[in-house]
Amino acid sequence: MSDTTDTTTEEPLALPGDGLREGIVDELRRRLGESLVDTHLKPNEDLWVRVATDAWRPTGEALLDMGFEYFCFLSALDWLPSPYGRGEDDPTEPPPERSTEVVQGYAGGDTRFQVFARVTDPRRHVAVTIKADVPDDTMTVESWFTVYAGANWHERETNEMFGIAFAGHPDLRHIYLPGEFEGYPLRKDFPLLARMVKPWPGIVDVEPMPALEAEEGSGD
Amino acid sequence: MTDLLTERQQLSYIAAKAADARLNVELETEGMTLNIGPQHPATHGTLRIIVRLDGEQVVWAEPSCGYMHRGYEKLSEVRTYPQVTTLVNRIDWLGSFANEVPFILAAERLMEVEAPPRAQWIRTILFELSRIANVTLFLGDLGVQLGAVTPVFFAFRDREHVLNLIESVTGGRFHPNFDRIGGLKDDLPKGFIDECRLGMRKIRNFCDEIEDLLIGNEIFQARTRGVGIIPREVALQYGLSGPNIRASGVDWDLRRDQVLPMAWDKVDWRVWTHPDGDSFARCWVRLQETREATKIVDQLLDGLPSGPIMAKVPRIIKVPAGEAWVSTENPLGEMGYYVVSKGDLGPFRVKIRSASFNNISVASWLLQGVYVPDIITILASLYFILGDIDR
Repeated sequence: MSDTTDTTTEEPLALPGDGLREGIVDELRRRLGESLVDTHLKPNEDLWVRVATDAWRPTGEALLDMGFEYFCFLSALDWLPSPYGRGEDDPTEPPPERSTEVVQGYAGGDTRFQVFARVTDPRRHVAVTIKADVPDDTMTVESWFTVYAGANWHERETNEMFGIAFAGHPDLRHIYLPGEFEGYPLRKDFPLLARMVKPWPGIVDVEPMPALEAEEGSGD
Repeated sequence: MTDLLTERQQLSYIAAKAADARLNVELETEGMTLNIGPQHPATHGTLRIIVRLDGEQVVWAEPSCGYMHRGYEKLSEVRTYPQVTTLVNRIDWLGSFANEVPFILAAERLMEVEAPPRAQWIRTILFELSRIANVTLFLGDLGVQLGAVTPVFFAFRDREHVLNLIESVTGGRFHPNFDRIGGLKDDLPKGFIDECRLGMRKIRNFCDEIEDLLIGNEIFQARTRGVGIIPREVALQYGLSGPNIRASGVDWDLRRDQVLPMAWDKVDWRVWTHPDGDSFARCWVRLQETREATKIVDQLLDGLPSGPIMAKVPRIIKVPAGEAWVSTENPLGEMGYYVVSKGDLGPFRVKIRSASFNNISVASWLLQGVYVPDIITILASLYFILGDIDR
């Protein structure tokens, strides 16, 4: 709750013309109380809401009740900076120092992983992005399967790509990857093997061009 | 479930249930598992569907995807912003230009730049041309799946005109990679406007032909009417979008219902919906949308503004830190990108929301209780592109 006031000081919530999204925030706060941790509002553009982990499923129910009937997507965010950068390091040099500081995006956060989902109200044509922290020890949030039927496949995908479990999901099988695949590909510390087995040509292509070689030869 | 249906849908539902009950009393059959795909003449790409049959009737169905997963979300993280459009071109390969637009718009929103009006209009024209290229193939392919061979030849013949138009502007028939942050790579070529008008006339003729040949056909109607009904609530809950949701009576089109720096709000067109929610409704809505798209293109050509096609953007593009979501009404439905930037040369995370993934996830609900030949009709009318499911 306290963070909302912080947002107000940074960019005023009371800009004219977005009573609609402010109304949604007020209504969500009325329904969720303390579970609504933080909000981020870009007037006439978009709305982000962060809720407590325990309130993940109740938030879905509240939103469905408020008319957000259309389920857009559900996925996760890994806020750890990639230890491999963009995979363009020179393998002959020692790896550069990279920050390991976890910095969350809009509406803040406390953990490395966050689940986020987006639902839309098809009558008022307004959508909201909901975020929730995923506890590092359990890596589990409640499933939205019973709230939005479409969350089924999205949670399966998030589970295999990030290793986040969804309590109450009936069937968390792999959807894309082979059943015996190990590791969670979309985590930042999962290396992109295509960049590992063959060094990035833009960095390590040190052979001189044939024309240059000939020039050097004639110079001697 | 019956309370979610309209009266008309309820009647067909009750009739179907009564027929099933009769059948179940008459025949005692053993269950059987049928594996359709990954390679099957009636599937586009490699979607595999496992169905459990009781006689001719499906009791359980599960689409199994991942045969074409290319990991674009991971790949985007090691590429710069302009390089990502090359990847996303290949998501829905029949309407490739339309895939680039929401990503570019998301990056532009974070950079707070806006393309000049002429670029916006040309973008919209190309967007609608890729919609036509995509949906004409659907209309032709639909016939093949129901046993009519002629429409597909018509479709490929007339789709060629649209692909030639796209090629004349972008240089690529399937993967234009033409959209840039801040505008477009090039202006329209000389003579494009006349060619385009001619092409749109041909597409309208094609729509009339398909309506005579296929949509109005008695066999086609018998195969599709009342088959695969998706009620409004189910469609919304599964996140169906595009023509699939409009065929279930939801009047919602992202071209009209959101503010984007595109030119759709400058022209006069309408959103088609159908109350039935069955396979026929989905095909019908797509046909009408193709016609509407030709009208949009015609009007945009009339009012094309002059001016530059690129806004002022730095040569090396760094996108300020932030998060942005932009989705557009693509040929298959809502296609959106959630772009997280850390102020770097490339995105920190890109979540790609593709339409077919949600559209096909309803299949296991929808296929329960239908007959084997209807599986093909339903899948054809849901219309998925494998690259759009697997990304």
